[in-house]
Amino acid sequence: MSELRDQIQQIISTEPVAVFMKGTPQLIMCGNSDRALRALADAGAPVTAVDVLPDPQIRQELSALSGWPTIPQVFIKGELVGGADIVEELHASGELRQRLDEALGAERGADVKTAVLA
Amino acid sequence: MAATDTLETLLRAAFPDASELAVEDRTGGGDHFQVTLASDRFDGLPLVQQHRLVYDALSEPLADGSIHELRIKTRGSAT
Repeated sequence: MSELRDQIQQIISTEPVAVFMKGTPQLIMCGNSDRALRALADAGAPVTAVDVLPDPQIRQELSALSGWPTIPQVFIKGELVGGADIVEELHASGELRQRLDEALGAERGADVKTAVLA
Repeated sequence: MAATDTLETLLRAAFPDASELAVEDRTGGGDHFQVTLASDRFDGLPLVQQHRLVYDALSEPLADGSIHELRIKTRGSAT
């Protein structure tokens, strides 16, 4: 397993909510990443964002790990929730907040931070 | 670039029983698509698994870059 893949796995496993996206929360480079972040913010999720754009290798290793071909990818407590369509759909039905409550507790913080892969 | 009927053919082959199947070219550019699919194969599966089945069916155009963006709406037969 490559070092990069280890780093990605580490973020997925340890961050409460990991979002692999195009751009950063400050400078979103893709409408779908934007949709996912908005739904998560509305549901009161803390977010650790990882920009996949700096190195094509990131996306390659991520998809090899997750078996999911597209970006964004949202993980809650290490489990792949899905991409923008799913996160939006789960938010609309109230299920996203419910899953966040179950995984992280209702009294969670909602900080948005960025993790950079070395 | 992929045509909507190429994607539709792949999806029809993977979901011969689909009660609804539509592929829309969202931008007219032949690389941003909306797939809407209803099948009883989705019954009882979480959304993430439902979308995986769609990705599996479209793995080739996804891998060769002819699909730039794919939006998916799936549902089972019960809903």
